[in-house]
Amino acid sequence: MALLEVNDLKVAYGVINALKGISFKVEKGEIVTLIGANGAGKTTTMQSIIGLIKKSGSIIFDGQDISKMMCHDIVNKGMVLVPEGRKIFSELTVYENLLMGAYKQKDKNIFKEDIEKVYKRFPRLKERQKQVAGTLSGGEQQMLAIGRALMSHPTLMMLDEPSMGLSPKLVSEVFDIIKGINDDGVTILLVEQNATRSLAISDRAYVLELGSIVLEGSGKELLESDMVKKAYLGY
Amino acid sequence: MFFETLINGLSSGGTYAMIALGYTMVYGIAKMLNFAHGDIIMVSAYVLFVMISLTGQPLIALIISIIFSMILGVVIEKLAYKPLRGSSPLAVLISAIGMSYLLQSLVQMIFGTAPKMVVIGDLGSITMFGVRIPVYILLTLVCTFLIMVLLSIYIKYSKVGRAMIAVSDNRDAAMLMGIDVNKIIALTFAIGSALAAVAGFFMMIKSPSLTNTLGAMPGIKAFTAAVIGGIGSIPGAMVGGILLGVIEAFSFRMPMIAPYTDAIEFLILIIILLVKPSGLLGKMKREKV
Repeated sequence: MALLEVNDLKVAYGVINALKGISFKVEKGEIVTLIGANGAGKTTTMQSIIGLIKKSGSIIFDGQDISKMMCHDIVNKGMVLVPEGRKIFSELTVYENLLMGAYKQKDKNIFKEDIEKVYKRFPRLKERQKQVAGTLSGGEQQMLAIGRALMSHPTLMMLDEPSMGLSPKLVSEVFDIIKGINDDGVTILLVEQNATRSLAISDRAYVLELGSIVLEGSGKELLESDMVKKAYLGY
Repeated sequence: MFFETLINGLSSGGTYAMIALGYTMVYGIAKMLNFAHGDIIMVSAYVLFVMISLTGQPLIALIISIIFSMILGVVIEKLAYKPLRGSSPLAVLISAIGMSYLLQSLVQMIFGTAPKMVVIGDLGSITMFGVRIPVYILLTLVCTFLIMVLLSIYIKYSKVGRAMIAVSDNRDAAMLMGIDVNKIIALTFAIGSALAAVAGFFMMIKSPSLTNTLGAMPGIKAFTAAVIGGIGSIPGAMVGGILLGVIEAFSFRMPMIAPYTDAIEFLILIIILLVKPSGLLGKMKREKV
């Protein structure tokens, strides 16, 4: 059974249908990407899966329908979202941000292990652990947002445009990190505008257009598809 | 004379600060102005009145009024504000004003319009620096200061306190951390309302006459104090409250300007808003995108 199975997911903002009934699934251990232009419904998809916005349809996560559950309960089931624009707590320090990521972790020893793992993955965060997060650079904030998400021991990590606004060098770094997290056993659902880079690391991908899924296939297939080439890769 | 006026000012300032703390906490964390906050003071004072009449024990009456007030705050939030979360701030504001009038009317229906006397008893006075200072004034100041320090420590260093900062900083991100935002906001209302009940107690010691509009003016004054100090800031509420109380007391002493006291206070508010919109101790939000 798939780790995440979305069936006929619909979201409307007033009279605008942002999602017109999309269905897709993510198998355990995969990296799956949703690509699509601005306004295609990518962010809406992620926010509705994790319970931030109202929707209809069924969402099965780890064998349980979570479509009626509250966001904090879904997070406690092992799903996490690294939101678009990082949304770090700018008034808290780097360390306190990571502490918030482990909000439901009661075991202090596990917390210490987790934070060491995050510091090992992101040495910059360790250097800056006492710094107020709002003063970090964009790249560091993205690392913090990912590190914070890892603190909750997710089985499924969703990332919304993690490469947005970063320099090409940092973009490569972010994709390497995502691949690394996946290698450690975390299933990844990724939303990206950078189709080339994301398809290259994806097992499978879906193309979202104006609230509907128009194409699906393996990352490699989509990289070579004429439609994706024209619309998203620019050649 | 000067000293006496100062003490008077500190006394009402302490009460304003206590009320302002409630305003500022709810604003800082739930991002809304609870204009029914003053009326929670009023309702808690009526609970105090009933309990003192029944038991004759001011302390027991105070504890019961605090508990009642906390429940009332949480219920108000659930009924009048929570359904409006995500809608325009104006809608929440109107709902708060409606709640304020509802509480006043309910109390009037139950207790009538005649003022009630709440007899807590004289706590006596002590002489300091050659001036007689009533004990309740010292108690007000010490209590407000202690509560401010404890709240600051609680918010900065406890897990729930940090969750409060997280909710205030970015509500969606807080939810994504697995924080139950509804619980945190309910807790904020409970704490704010408990402070309102304590403020009501001190107001009743000072002048025991109680009507259903008791909370209206102090509520607005304390809101002014919170804005002067920097709304959302806990030390700011304390500074703003004390400052406003002292200015008020000195203004009352000068026959020339005494009739304009309220106008002067609100003028100070306007000046501060023009010069430093974030208030004396409020911080500008610094964010990097």
